[in-house]
Amino acid sequence: MSQSIGSPAVDVGVIREVIAQHARLGRDLVDADDVLDLYSVGLTSLATVGVMLALEDRFDLEFPESMLGRDTFRSIANIQEAIQSLLA
Amino acid sequence: MSFPSSFPGCDRKNMMMTTTVERPTSTTPRRDSLLKQVHEIGKTVLAIHADDVDRAARFPAESICALRDAELLSAYVPQEYGGLGLSVVELSRVCDVLGQYCGSTAMIYAMHCIQVACVTHHAQQSSFFRGYLKRLVDEQRLMASATTEVGTGGDLRSSICAAEIAGSRFKLTKQAPVISYGQEADDILVSCRRAPDAQASEQLHILVSRGEYTAVPISNWDTLGFRGTCSSGFTLTAEGDVQQILPTPFDQILSQTMHPVSHIVWASLWSGIAADAVNRARAFLRVEARKTPGETPLAAIRLAEVDQVLQELRHNVRGLAHEYQELLDADNPEGAHGFGFAIRTNNLKLSASQRIVDIVGRALLICGIAGYRNDSKFSLSRHLRDSYGAAVMVNNDRITKLNATMLMAHKEGF
Repeated sequence: MSQSIGSPAVDVGVIREVIAQHARLGRDLVDADDVLDLYSVGLTSLATVGVMLALEDRFDLEFPESMLGRDTFRSIANIQEAIQSLLA
Repeated sequence: MSFPSSFPGCDRKNMMMTTTVERPTSTTPRRDSLLKQVHEIGKTVLAIHADDVDRAARFPAESICALRDAELLSAYVPQEYGGLGLSVVELSRVCDVLGQYCGSTAMIYAMHCIQVACVTHHAQQSSFFRGYLKRLVDEQRLMASATTEVGTGGDLRSSICAAEIAGSRFKLTKQAPVISYGQEADDILVSCRRAPDAQASEQLHILVSRGEYTAVPISNWDTLGFRGTCSSGFTLTAEGDVQQILPTPFDQILSQTMHPVSHIVWASLWSGIAADAVNRARAFLRVEARKTPGETPLAAIRLAEVDQVLQELRHNVRGLAHEYQELLDADNPEGAHGFGFAIRTNNLKLSASQRIVDIVGRALLICGIAGYRNDSKFSLSRHLRDSYGAAVMVNNDRITKLNATMLMAHKEGF
């Protein structure tokens, strides 16, 4: 993991990698804006399950039920913020 | 091909004139006596034609005409547009009652109401759709749905066909394996990709009206049950104005309205079919009981047992209908979006579709050969065949797998 204790900077590259592998968007988001609405480019709520499980694995954390809303996975920026709050 | 503009035996022009004159200034008294009125229509129209509709696999024109006459096609349209403004809970009860008289009519009515709910919940911000809701009330228009598509394996969140938008016009062609009562509908809500270069899950929901589309049949509807829904497949070719695109993305319409309303109204009408099967079993037992006054027939124990299952089914439907109504009343679409609510909605479908088969099967054991016959007043042939449709319309295996996936993320119980 790229972050260290006391410095919970979340590696956006890892998030992008997870999205590429699990979001089933069928398109390359390498250059996509961090605030791009992933639902507007075809992210389904069912695919967020795969994204969530992969993020939990990669960042060694667990999303609480309260964070499993639609907004948490809406954009790369939102995911980054959610992970940051869990690592803080 | 183009569709006929009216049903045989149903003079819609005359009906509209009559209802315009008789429409009450307030719909509240009508709501109070509504179920009584629906039972009356059920007894005097649906029940009369149900066997013929089933045998001939024909559209229940007389029954839908009667529902039109009673302005029930706009039952879910808000009162400000002239509709009855029923709640989902009230609508659920209407579907239950209709199911007691004709499963196919109840299913057509339920499917129509799902489409009305999609427009009511997700398109009122558009002046075009506000106008459409008024037209729906005045003309008692029948709405159908074209969501499944050849090649997507039943996944509603995936489309192959796409809207081609040029200026203010759109056109699209969809290979729809099923459009229930597609030949008889006035309007069809169609899901499609938002553009030819969009991903399969980037979807729109579009209203197309009779006269703007052609539907060429690609398959027939000769099935075990729900034969009167006439759910043939069509190649649907449509064009229209971009105003006809619902102003909410299809994924939100699906999760917030189409999914929960479908399973609530379907499970409601299945309850009605099950209830009528139990009523026939009771009627059969009463004939037996009269032969030996003072002694309860042995098979009545089965009646007591099946009544428990029917109660569980109905409570299950009511529970979810009330939960959904609370989300609507609290204006909490995000609640309907969550995995927890989606899982419970799917559980209702899974459970209800199995219980209806169980209940009708138990009723058949009570009626014995009289229930097994096609030519007996205790016949449960249609009920039994309809009941098996519940598990295969949106296949239970697919739904169970969806729940399995969501349960990987969802942690809390309800």
